[in-house]
Amino acid sequence: MSMTGAAMVIECFKKEKVEVLFGYPGGTVIDIFDELTKSKVQFFLTRHEQGAIHAADGYARSTGKIGVCIATSGPGATNLVTGLATASMDSIPIVAITGQVSTAMIGNDAFQEADVTGITRPVTKHNYLVKDANELPRILKEAFYIAFSGRPGPVVIDIPKNVQQSIIDLPYPDSVAIRSYKPTYEGHIRQIKKVASAISASKKPLIYSGGGVIISGASNELTELARKARIPVTTTLMGLGAFPETDELSVEMLGMHGTAYANFAVQETDLLIAIGARFDDRITGTLSTFAPHAKVIHIDIDPTAIRKNVKVDIPVVGDVKKVLKVLNTMIEPADSSDWLKHISALKKKNPLSYKKSKTVIKPQEVVEEIYDLTGGDAIVCTEVGQNQMWAAQFFKYSKPRTFLSSGGLGTMGYGFPAAIGAQIGNPGKLVFDIAGDGSIQMNIQELATAVINDLPVKVIILNNGYLGMVRQWQELFYEKRYSGTCLSRGKVCPKGCDGRPNDKCPANYIPDFVKVAEAYGAIGKRVVKPGDLRPVLKEIIKVKKPVFLDVKVSPEENVFPMVPAGASLNQMIGGLA
Amino acid sequence: MRHTISLLVENRFGVLARIAGLFSGRGFNIDSLAVGETQDPSISRMTIVVRGDDQILEQVKKQMNKLIDVIKVQDFAPGESIQRELILVKVNATQKTRPDIMQIVDIFRAKIVEVTANSVTIEVTGSDEKVSSLLDLVKPFGIKDISRTGKIAMSRK
Ligand SMILES: Cc1ncc(C[n+]2csc(CCOP(=O)(O)OP(=O)(O)O)c2C)c(N)n1
Ligand SMILES: [Mg+2]
Repeated sequence: MSMTGAAMVIECFKKEKVEVLFGYPGGTVIDIFDELTKSKVQFFLTRHEQGAIHAADGYARSTGKIGVCIATSGPGATNLVTGLATASMDSIPIVAITGQVSTAMIGNDAFQEADVTGITRPVTKHNYLVKDANELPRILKEAFYIAFSGRPGPVVIDIPKNVQQSIIDLPYPDSVAIRSYKPTYEGHIRQIKKVASAISASKKPLIYSGGGVIISGASNELTELARKARIPVTTTLMGLGAFPETDELSVEMLGMHGTAYANFAVQETDLLIAIGARFDDRITGTLSTFAPHAKVIHIDIDPTAIRKNVKVDIPVVGDVKKVLKVLNTMIEPADSSDWLKHISALKKKNPLSYKKSKTVIKPQEVVEEIYDLTGGDAIVCTEVGQNQMWAAQFFKYSKPRTFLSSGGLGTMGYGFPAAIGAQIGNPGKLVFDIAGDGSIQMNIQELATAVINDLPVKVIILNNGYLGMVRQWQELFYEKRYSGTCLSRGKVCPKGCDGRPNDKCPANYIPDFVKVAEAYGAIGKRVVKPGDLRPVLKEIIKVKKPVFLDVKVSPEENVFPMVPAGASLNQMIGGLA
Repeated sequence: MRHTISLLVENRFGVLARIAGLFSGRGFNIDSLAVGETQDPSISRMTIVVRGDDQILEQVKKQMNKLIDVIKVQDFAPGESIQRELILVKVNATQKTRPDIMQIVDIFRAKIVEVTANSVTIEVTGSDEKVSSLLDLVKPFGIKDISRTGKIAMSRK
């Protein structure tokens, strides 16, 4: 059966069971778009290629499937770069197809030519430039396999226009054979046995679990391990939802803005069991004083993650789910009752906290109210900054794939398109984007995508008038010089203004988010008074339309506790008893 | 420490750029690099000589292994491999100095591959020490140009 390269792409979608495609057309992908009309794949036209790839990412994170997107050559492809880096840092399976100028023109600075494989090499798991149409079927098959297997990640396939138009006489392959790529799934049994005996010998064990647990679908196995062996669990930002935060064994998130009790537990534990996590610097604080009393176990599918930052006593390379399944058959409860008592005292003594006010809404209370009103049954996406940390701290996650956030790259503008992708992948589910007033403006154009496709995403803008997280650092470490972080600053402001709120501040915030929402045909609302917050939230949750809720919150609220850069985890500032 | 890393990779475009990117992204200079086909034309061998912090290089090697197109990575410990490099060196030579140069060439079992009125070009193959002692000895005559292949290596076993 012969077909064009463009038709082969569509054939691949069919074979790989791609249901949803996000993208933006252009000259070098017209052929693929033309074939798309004959396909069952549901196509979503975003308003920016960055929106397309973050939407594919949100779809992937929330469903566990591969996210697929398409963009044209040159600017279309370069607009994908931030999304690729975002997905790469968080190990999200994405296949991104880009058009390329015809092979005869490559390297000639042709119109809308960019060296896409060159540009995307460091931000992808792998990438391909298809120079020969006969290679296309194999490359497509490999790309889907590589994106999803092992430690997942984004793969780019750059397809020149003439390759899309060439006739191919080959079928789409059924299997892949890549001699140089064979991820290790089964953990070494001897290592797993060592883990089991380390656990039974431990008096103060602690599980530190990351995004790998969610990717591997190992939440049940993790929960079984924790409950069987009576081990408290802390998770990273990426790991939120892998273990129910409502469980008494949970000490919630650790790290720079983790709970005090999680960070204290890390500093006291005698056995740190890292599962699908990578000891990021936002987690460890100063490395030399991280978990000083602990023997370290590290279970991860990626050998490069092991011993990258931290000395590991018992490494286990393998798929987390498979390893935990085996481990759980060997586990005997550790003698951890004193430790658990101690942990529960730490929890009581240092809860996450903030001061409520009668006059101004506190951002933390917005998140708390949403949690309360939904009973936790929602998908929560975040932007980046304080909004992200409050969303992580004050909502209790109990199911995997319900908290979507750009952890590794920290991409402002991720949350809204990701929420769109999550809503598409989970129709009927309540999807929020907890946003900052800065971040939301980075992909605000996707309001059109949400409205046109009737996607009832709820965007909650924690509007503090600042690039709040940066402002927080300036407040704490730069003597309150709010340089470049006041979002109201303009021509009317006095020259020497240090950016702190004062009586000369412009009265109107730009933009008016309510009007923006309305201009797009979405619902726009604003709350200013604490007393109005809950009723308005209640109301918008019921609405079956996209909503922008502009919540005016206290401008100089800080995220606490905080481990300052260069400090140890137990040297937190703020919010401690 | 100086490392000699030997890689088996898919013989395809783009592979070299991926490998090089692992060094350039960390601000590491590659001292030398040699690439060529193996007995299986679909596989190339790369020999990379690089200096750097052992721990960082350990990470680089793991990252190399992780690249889809890399089949095998070996970091040779001293003495574990045979290492050779070929060098062409053009030296100033007059009628008077030429015999002296030829004597050095003989001692090192090198070859003179080109002679002009005012220069000779020497070809030398060998280990690090051999090549650098030859270069030291011809230096006083005045070196006009050097071209080196970069080191290649093979396990002794
Ligand atoms: C694309 C991008 N640019 C810059 C940053 C640096 N940055 C981190 S948090 C932040 C402030 C975000 O402001 P806002 O969205 O209003 O959130 P807030 O912290 O106020 O909740 C900035 C600028 C980033 N993370 N991403
Ligand atoms: Mg803000």
